[in-house]
Amino acid sequence: MIPTGFSYHRAGSVKEAVNLLAKHGDDAKILAGGHSLIPALKLRLNEVGMLIDIAKIPELKSISTAAGHLVIGGCCTHSEIAYSRVVKEQIPMVAEAAELIGDVQVRNRGTIGGSLAHADPAADWPAVMLAADALIEVQGPKGSREIKAADFFSGFYETALSDHEVITAIRMPLLTTGTKTSYQKFMQPASRFALVGCAAVIKNDGGNASEVKVAFTGVSEAPFRDSGVENALKGKTLSVDNIAAAAEHAAADVSIMSDHFASEEYRKHLAKVYARRALAAAS
Amino acid sequence: MTYIGKAVKRVEDKRFVTGKGRYTDDIVLPNMAYAYIIRSPYAHAKIVSIDSSAATKAEGVVAVYTGKHIADAGIAGVPCGWQVNFKNGDTMKEPPHPLLAIDKVRHMGDAVAVVIADSLSIARDAADLVEIEYEELPAVVNAKKATEKGAPLVHEDAPNNLCFDWELGNPKEEVDTAMKNAHHVTTLEFVNQRVVPNAIEPRAAIGDYQEASDKYTLYTTSQNPHLTRLLLCAFVLGIPEHKVRVVAPDVGGGFGSKIFHYIEEALMIWVSRQLGQPVKWTADRSEAFMTDAHGRDHITKAEMGFDKGGKIVALRAKTYANLGAYLSTFAPCVPTWLHGTLLQGLYTTPKINVDVTGVFTHTVPVDAYRGAGRPEATYLLERLIDTAALEMKMDPAELRLKNFIPPFDGVEQPGYQTQVALQYDSGNYHGVLERALEMVGYKDFRKEQAEARKEGRLLGIGFSTYIEACGIAPSAVVGALGARAGLYESAQVRVQPTGKVSVYTGSHSHGQGHETTFAQVVADKLGIPMEDVEIVHGDSESVAFGMGTYGSRSLAVGGSAIMRSIDKVLEKGAKIAAHALEASVDDLEFAEGKWTVKGSDKSVAFGDVALTAYVPHNYPEGLEPGMDFSSFYDPANFTYPFGAHIAIVEIDKDTGKVDLKRFIAVDDVGNVINPMIVDGQIHGGLAQGIGQALFEGALYDEYGQLTNGSYMDYTMPRADDFPSFEVDRQVTPCPHNPLGVKGAGEAGTIGSTPAVVNAVMDALSPYGVKNPEMPLTSERVWRMMQE
Repeated sequence: MIPTGFSYHRAGSVKEAVNLLAKHGDDAKILAGGHSLIPALKLRLNEVGMLIDIAKIPELKSISTAAGHLVIGGCCTHSEIAYSRVVKEQIPMVAEAAELIGDVQVRNRGTIGGSLAHADPAADWPAVMLAADALIEVQGPKGSREIKAADFFSGFYETALSDHEVITAIRMPLLTTGTKTSYQKFMQPASRFALVGCAAVIKNDGGNASEVKVAFTGVSEAPFRDSGVENALKGKTLSVDNIAAAAEHAAADVSIMSDHFASEEYRKHLAKVYARRALAAAS
Repeated sequence: MTYIGKAVKRVEDKRFVTGKGRYTDDIVLPNMAYAYIIRSPYAHAKIVSIDSSAATKAEGVVAVYTGKHIADAGIAGVPCGWQVNFKNGDTMKEPPHPLLAIDKVRHMGDAVAVVIADSLSIARDAADLVEIEYEELPAVVNAKKATEKGAPLVHEDAPNNLCFDWELGNPKEEVDTAMKNAHHVTTLEFVNQRVVPNAIEPRAAIGDYQEASDKYTLYTTSQNPHLTRLLLCAFVLGIPEHKVRVVAPDVGGGFGSKIFHYIEEALMIWVSRQLGQPVKWTADRSEAFMTDAHGRDHITKAEMGFDKGGKIVALRAKTYANLGAYLSTFAPCVPTWLHGTLLQGLYTTPKINVDVTGVFTHTVPVDAYRGAGRPEATYLLERLIDTAALEMKMDPAELRLKNFIPPFDGVEQPGYQTQVALQYDSGNYHGVLERALEMVGYKDFRKEQAEARKEGRLLGIGFSTYIEACGIAPSAVVGALGARAGLYESAQVRVQPTGKVSVYTGSHSHGQGHETTFAQVVADKLGIPMEDVEIVHGDSESVAFGMGTYGSRSLAVGGSAIMRSIDKVLEKGAKIAAHALEASVDDLEFAEGKWTVKGSDKSVAFGDVALTAYVPHNYPEGLEPGMDFSSFYDPANFTYPFGAHIAIVEIDKDTGKVDLKRFIAVDDVGNVINPMIVDGQIHGGLAQGIGQALFEGALYDEYGQLTNGSYMDYTMPRADDFPSFEVDRQVTPCPHNPLGVKGAGEAGTIGSTPAVVNAVMDALSPYGVKNPEMPLTSERVWRMMQE
């Protein structure tokens, strides 16, 4: 497990990291927690000339609320998010998802920005980002921009992130009164990635679901919002039967992945089960 | 007894938990080079050409060798240590297993070339410069399919891929007749799937040839360094044995996979001899997945016949055992003499016939893995009996109790002669099951289960009652069965002049805690503090000889050898003490570390006697000075631990996920020296056995690719997959060894797998499904519910 040779640079600021990226081009890669990149390098699935380590940049490490949003720095570790009181109080499913990622060692090193940039189709964060209507803040040579989560995940390990851009923060609108969230996950037993992960956000308006957001990870080659489930429940009474009926629409219009842990048929079945469980928990 | 029977903390743990263990890969020798082995990406291919010229020229590269270099040196390969012949008397097929493949590769991971360089990263980079052209050939991975007409051949000289066929028990016609006359016959067809051993420390080897002294040292991750030395010298490289030292330092787990003599060991010695410098190879995890000998992989059809009252009248089993691409050291023994011989189980079955076909396939070699053959036998029997109970509408616990062999102690009552060659030493099988039933609260559980079913919840209980043959074994017996080695053990007890004691054992500790347990025994027998006893193992230069650790044999065989030497120490000590006390040896008694003249207060301490032995000024006439004794112990019989395991599971009806709620294990491993260590062995064994039931399994595709050779895809059991185990013990001493011990290393693995599968099937009994496939992944369980 020996990677090909590379040089290593620890960036002191986002600006420095972006400049280095711009200078070294495709030969350089950003290193945050390293929990996907380092194994890929060691297995020689990836080769780089330079690693730019951003894990210790102070501006990427904060969690706060600002302007009606929960703001999580790109290099916050999963553990920091799982244990953050602000996160737990403001958008509980974000903390729930963080706590279900990998194991203790992975959570202590891996970062939210790194996970989003890597865009593993079975990672937990994407479902949460989609259901939370998150904005991904990125910085590149031309300055900063925000990408809507809905536009961010463009395919199998693919994102809307351009070359030379670094994820600096994730902004999620704070929940309005009566809104509950949940992230429910069926683990792939070996890797503990999501075989199926479902994030649900429901606004309960006097017993009716006035707003429903449901997103999946692990099911298809890219995470997705499930409008079939959402539309089936929106405006309806939040009853056990209505939730179960809505969950039956899960993953209706997507191509579904298959592997030795879950065939297409079983994965689709799990999507329905986990839609029901997430909706029930968020209702 | 000050120490025996006490949960003394493990003396080796200080170095392990503080990261101060010294493993093979920790060893750095002056001027050492590093090896990277290039392995076949294909399961079956012709090697068309190898061009290593660019790699050889790369800076920092010392050499590149291929199979041709090894063949030109006249080295044929590594041998097999056990011979199982065909039924018709023909010798088993034993194709060569070269150190590096010559014309063909036969499994994914087969070694093709070795690159040696100044550093591992240079060697790794240079490996990418070696150009190898393969011509891929069709592969076969399934043992039964491999015997079919037209299947690709693994070895040209093994037609139909057959290594041997073998039969044991009563004549087939007798068993067929008994089966025909049975009131009820339960039939199962199943696969006992292939598992990967996954020791936490990957294998490693350092070859160190010193030209000036013409001596070789091999540092290796071995469970039995002396056997490795014997095979390496006498059968592979033809080096005089006295020129070779083999050291197996701290070893991080083996589970059987480090018993065998692997090609890399011989390869490192050979390259070191060529280059005149030490060379180290350490497997990475991917290599471990595709080169450590795998376990299990049986395809079996088994039938059990019962009379009207539920008594077993016959057992018939036919197994295709996958041996992989080459014969690993003990491969032929595992599905035959360690499997067929255990099919009596705990039952009085009067007619048994077992038929096993050993088959080559394009897969990693298969050999002993924790339990080795006995888990397969237990799975076969215990799945049959639980299924039979369900089919005959009988209680699975009562059906077992009805068929158990009655208790016998092997002293007053004789041992039990089975239909399949073994004679059990002592047993009380009713005792362990009754205790387990009491612990689980069986009657209450059935009520709870009925209630749960009304609520639509799926609760299940599963039983497994097992026996194993450990403490391998009487050398003459195993010799007659095809072993190419004796299976005794040696021990040297050296009493130092100050009364401190060094014990040199041929057993090897790689997690078992010998440095603690053996010291407990020696300290108690000599009446001295444990701190005064040192256990030395794993180095052929300090330990005279040894057969190593596997098959739960260390205390039963290695411990017995130590006892022999202690007896000799005490016998000589008594002579020296008698002289000092001016008494006759017959008038002395030895207790609490001193010899006392019976009925007096005249005594002399062990330490004083030790000093006198080395400073023999006032000394018995004609007695040699010194106090240092070696012994060899060849056991009279195997030992036969047994036990009863009960699993309780709940299945998530929505997803099929199995939740193991309780696991009860009552094991009888004979006398116990350190209950904490035995509990630890049982817990670890249970984790591996349950792992096979629910999680583990190597997957090969039709091209012979191992598709789950990483921890991202191969599910290892983890602590949070288990409840807190409920373990208890019964003690039926072994009647034929001095400590009365039977062995505890494999019990947990052997008993637990069928208990879990039976529990799942009990939970699913409302669905009327049969023939579950391990591992019972959530999808498989869900599918059974959809049928």
